[in-house]
Amino acid sequence: MAVTIEEVRHIANLANLEFSEEELRTFIVQFSNILDHIEQLRQVNTETIEPTYHAVVTEINSENSRRDNTRASFPQQVALMNAPDVEQGQFRVPKVIK
Amino acid sequence: MEFEPIIGLEVHAQLLTRSKIFCGCSTEFGGEPNARTCPVCLGLPGVLPALNREAVSMAVKVALALNCRINRVSVFARKNYFYPDLPKGYQISQYDLPLAEDGEVELLSGERSKAGNIVNYRKKKFGIIRLHLEEDAGKSIHDTGEDTYVNLNRSGVPLIEIVSQPDFRSSQEAYDFLFSLRRLLIYLEVNDGNMEEGSLRCDANVSVRPKGSEKFGTKTEIKNLNSFRFLQKALDYEIQRQIEDLRAGRTVFQETRLWDPEREQTFVMRTKEEAHDYRYFPEPDLPPLEVSGAWSEEIRATIVELPEAKRERLCATFGISDADALLICASRELADYYETAARENRNPVAIARWLTGDFLAFWKRDAIPLSAVRVRPGHLAEMVALIDSGEISGKIAKQIFEEIWTSGEAPAVAAQRLGVRQISDRTALEQIVQSVIANNQKQVAEYQGGRTKLLGFFVGEVMKQTKGQANPQILNELLKKNLG
Repeated sequence: MAVTIEEVRHIANLANLEFSEEELRTFIVQFSNILDHIEQLRQVNTETIEPTYHAVVTEINSENSRRDNTRASFPQQVALMNAPDVEQGQFRVPKVIK
Repeated sequence: MEFEPIIGLEVHAQLLTRSKIFCGCSTEFGGEPNARTCPVCLGLPGVLPALNREAVSMAVKVALALNCRINRVSVFARKNYFYPDLPKGYQISQYDLPLAEDGEVELLSGERSKAGNIVNYRKKKFGIIRLHLEEDAGKSIHDTGEDTYVNLNRSGVPLIEIVSQPDFRSSQEAYDFLFSLRRLLIYLEVNDGNMEEGSLRCDANVSVRPKGSEKFGTKTEIKNLNSFRFLQKALDYEIQRQIEDLRAGRTVFQETRLWDPEREQTFVMRTKEEAHDYRYFPEPDLPPLEVSGAWSEEIRATIVELPEAKRERLCATFGISDADALLICASRELADYYETAARENRNPVAIARWLTGDFLAFWKRDAIPLSAVRVRPGHLAEMVALIDSGEISGKIAKQIFEEIWTSGEAPAVAAQRLGVRQISDRTALEQIVQSVIANNQKQVAEYQGGRTKLLGFFVGEVMKQTKGQANPQILNELLKKNLG
């Protein structure tokens, strides 16, 4: 299945990633291979088979879900420890809304 | 050509759990920024979400109250986008298999008259497409300085998203739906209804089409309608804007708009081309959620009498108006207050008037919890009884109400202390009337000779003797009778 460079660029864009023209071309081939593989899988008749959403067999239920109890949180300075830029207890980031 | 609007709402409500949806951090509002965070809600690598049972329970409760079908198995999904208040780079939400679907609510909805009053209340049904669970994002602050500041205390607070059918045909219907939904959430004790603090938020989808047409027009989405006033104003503006565009032969574009409360208009936030592609996929860190029939029945058993049912029952039991009942049923505790007062008195309609009148005005003014209001249901019942027996006039009652609002006295006690209690005891009044007549024979003769204006003189004499506390109606009646 053919994938265009624009499509690859769009996906990269959505993932906030930047690539060289050459890298993008590599992805065209890889994406196409993946899609071909999926296309092959689609040949199998799965009409009567329930979709699998997870590899784990057990579902989350009323027994195994977490009880609503609070636990100690990080102190502010620990929470901010890895932040490149901090002001007054907040993460400072470039302006997102003009 | 006449146009009709088609409106659908998306409502986000924070659930009143103690801890966040996927970690044990507190959900409390406010506090030091970023001090209610942990590796899970900060999106640090190597952590796993652990679903809060109570969040599921509350969501199911709402879904049942909205008559939704609970999906026995629902699936969490990743909604991918980049925004600094979303530390993981995705929000855990639900997508193709939500917790619940296909609901319906019936509620009283009115029309706005030219004068701006709500009239013609009618029962209407509105559909619910789906209800799902998700996590809230953090909070970004943009208004100070050059940069954006991020506080992740809210990150991971449990939310339900409720998506209505596009069933509203006026801004008033959308307003009434949100009003009734907010009230329902408060009754169920799953949300505090605080739109200012953002614990309840609303987006709207709006389109218009020629009346009678089957096909929907192009819709726009209006984001962040965070008060009832904004919702109605933004909808009215947007409906008008689209109608004008169509009338002028212009195209309505599919886009996301924001409401500008200062300029009172909506403006474009992003166009269809800029629309997000969220690339949803099943959340690999969480197995599907199973809500068994037994669990959902267990939850159903905890559902209290819902506001609409309560309103209908109060109307039927006490004969009060729809408008009064709507105000009284605004909260469970106010409805309980009313019921207690109404059961202690023979005039529940008058109790409703007082409650929706002076009581609500004072209560709103003081902004105190109902439990701190010093006028108790018994007091209100007693006051209406005093009015009905003629011991105090309606005008005096207002004065007494103001008095007992601060003093917490029983109305009869306050009336006594203020010396405003009327004498309505016919026997007692008649005795005074007769003695006044006996002592003023000259005036009696003149009155009987045709100077009926002298009635005022006799009223004055009795009032002097009763310190102005004689019930004027009964007094007039007794004087006329005794003067012949």
